Amino acid sequence: MGEFRMPSLGADMETGTLVEWLVMPGQPVQRGDIVALVETQKGLFEIEAFEDGIMGEPLIQAGQTVPVGTVLAMISSGTEAAARMDVQAEPTAAAESPVEGPTVPQTAAPLTDLPGRIACSPSARRLALELGVDLATVRGTGPGGAIQRSDIEEAAKAKESGAAPVVATEKPVAAAPIQPMDAATSAARMRQAIAAAVSRSNREIPHYYLETEIDLSRPLQWLAAENQKRSIQERVLPVALLLKAVAKALRDVPELNGYWLEDGLQVKAEIHIGFAVALRQGGLISPALHQVDKLSIGELMQAMADLIERTRVGRLRGSEVTDATVSVTNLGDRGVKTVYGVIYPPQVALVGFGRIAERPWAEGGMLGVRPCVTATLAADHRATDGHQGALFLEALNRHLQLPEEL
Amino acid sequence: MNEPKAMKATTYREAVKEAIREAMHRDQRVFLMGEDVGHYGGCYAVSKGLLAEFGPERIRDTPLCESGFVGAGIGAALGGMRPIVEVMTVNFSLLALDQIVNTAATLLHMSGGQFNVPLVIRMATGAGKQLAAQHAHSFEGWYAHIPGLRVLSPATLEDARGMLWTALEDPDPVLIFENNTLYNMEGTLAADAGPVDIEKARVRRPGRDITLITYSASLFKCLEAAEVLAGEGIEAEVIDLRSLRPLDDATYLTSIAKTHRVLIVDEGWRSGGLAAEISARIMERAFYDLDLPVERLCSAEVPIPYARHMEAAALPRVDSIVATIRRMMSHG
Repeated sequence: MGEFRMPSLGADMETGTLVEWLVMPGQPVQRGDIVALVETQKGLFEIEAFEDGIMGEPLIQAGQTVPVGTVLAMISSGTEAAARMDVQAEPTAAAESPVEGPTVPQTAAPLTDLPGRIACSPSARRLALELGVDLATVRGTGPGGAIQRSDIEEAAKAKESGAAPVVATEKPVAAAPIQPMDAATSAARMRQAIAAAVSRSNREIPHYYLETEIDLSRPLQWLAAENQKRSIQERVLPVALLLKAVAKALRDVPELNGYWLEDGLQVKAEIHIGFAVALRQGGLISPALHQVDKLSIGELMQAMADLIERTRVGRLRGSEVTDATVSVTNLGDRGVKTVYGVIYPPQVALVGFGRIAERPWAEGGMLGVRPCVTATLAADHRATDGHQGALFLEALNRHLQLPEEL
Repeated sequence: MNEPKAMKATTYREAVKEAIREAMHRDQRVFLMGEDVGHYGGCYAVSKGLLAEFGPERIRDTPLCESGFVGAGIGAALGGMRPIVEVMTVNFSLLALDQIVNTAATLLHMSGGQFNVPLVIRMATGAGKQLAAQHAHSFEGWYAHIPGLRVLSPATLEDARGMLWTALEDPDPVLIFENNTLYNMEGTLAADAGPVDIEKARVRRPGRDITLITYSASLFKCLEAAEVLAGEGIEAEVIDLRSLRPLDDATYLTSIAKTHRVLIVDEGWRSGGLAAEISARIMERAFYDLDLPVERLCSAEVPIPYARHMEAAALPRVDSIVATIRRMMSHG
């Protein structure tokens, strides 16, 4: 019997709103299955189960906001579940089935039948998020009772005109006062979350910065030839080369890949690169590309495209927002020359890339024009010194000059 | 520039003829060939008078052999000419399918970019004139499937007048589909009307509630339906695709972001047709903008009937467009 809890999706998260259950009680789940949608200040996330078993009755209903760590439901192992099914088969014993009694930390909400997936148009679903409307409280007037935009607008209006907030909570200790979130507050909340993280970074992390100019002629030539062989959908952008080279350079200088926690550096074996994605409504999220050093360039490109798409539509998995071991900020497409980054705690390094542009380049007594990029490293001086930082930038350049091995 | 432009009354047929005449004057390499385009003046009378004006060298009657004269057009284009080939109806173009799809569309690619085919083929298309199943089909969606072709569908007088010259300037083959029910359409056209772009779709009527995506003769049915619905408080935005390949996705995606509802009206058949392609693109690119499933109104999946009432029943009509939109909008 395991507890499925409200996860922490970042150092700055205190509470989360359970938006929707994606599995029904009694349904088997496997480790890694997505079982619920949770909304935080940073958006909507898909939450995975961490063990195999049978999903128990929900202890928290859709729409409730609870602190991190709150048990949302129990996941029972197969045998327990089978036993319980037997008990339930006995009509007289069913009601007293005590299986989940003692570990429940709070009064469970009434165990009404969870509805299946709510029929709701994609546009209305997005509008509901923007206006902070809980779909479970809306009556659909569309075809087959589907919820449409007009239904969401009605519900939002009803809320504004003073009807009781639909978000129920059993926990008076919840950290933040619970209010329906409209688009403006949602954006403001994200700004607050970013503000908290960067303030902590500037307060606690003694940054040092290193910068180097990298000649990209060889990698870009190689990439052009490589792209000739690929279909248009499989074409690779230069940023994939940069990310892969960062991952390989981190293997050479692992001290930059990890966390500073409890006054010590924890080097991480796996290289998960947090990749800053600007959101259309403002703000940013840095979801993790997992094990970048082990992906081929093509796989990396696909993973990136997928991640950016899901970030923008607000469909990230919980693990993707918490796992990054290092960050990369690429502002080249905005025309920026040099990036001086703010490290995302508890990480210890951030690599920045500016615009790829032709610049004069002196080599072997000759002046030429080469496509160049300015690479910067912002690193935590508690964890590493300039020496390791310099080794990293050198390794980054070395790997980029051998694109065929990336 | 607020001076009202000088306008003149004309017809779709005259606009097409003016376009051909302008092209013949502007470029000596341009010539017209096809069945009955010379002495008879064209099956739809589009080229009436042109033989007298330009002579038999440049207005050429051909034998009844689509494969032969379309192939000759490809050869002329390769040889440096700018031919306009008229195929009487799209139904007959099936006899030239190999020339169009397998030769004109592919040569640039087969020759590694050495030989382009600057050919324009005009065809009549569409039903509505009781011409029965062998003369009334709409195969432009098929051609829109083929890489290497550009496929145009002028609905308005401006486009009938302006698309031809721009198409002739294109270095690659361009097919222009003229719906046979439009030739008699009357209207006014600026006296100085000339070439128009062949890239962009156009919003022919702005609206906030639902996007109608259509082209060719169905455009006018949609505009009429939109007028009826406006009286009921439903504002439909009507988009004229103009180019069926490549499709201008941006115009209809922008509209859907505003209206959240879509109906595609296409005189082609529904299964595997152009409306299906557009619907798929909307799913791929605008899923989260949709408040209703995308709907299609196409021709009934039968060979187009001869009998007047049955032919009318098989095609999208103003009343069926209105009824479909009423049903879609009835859910608030």
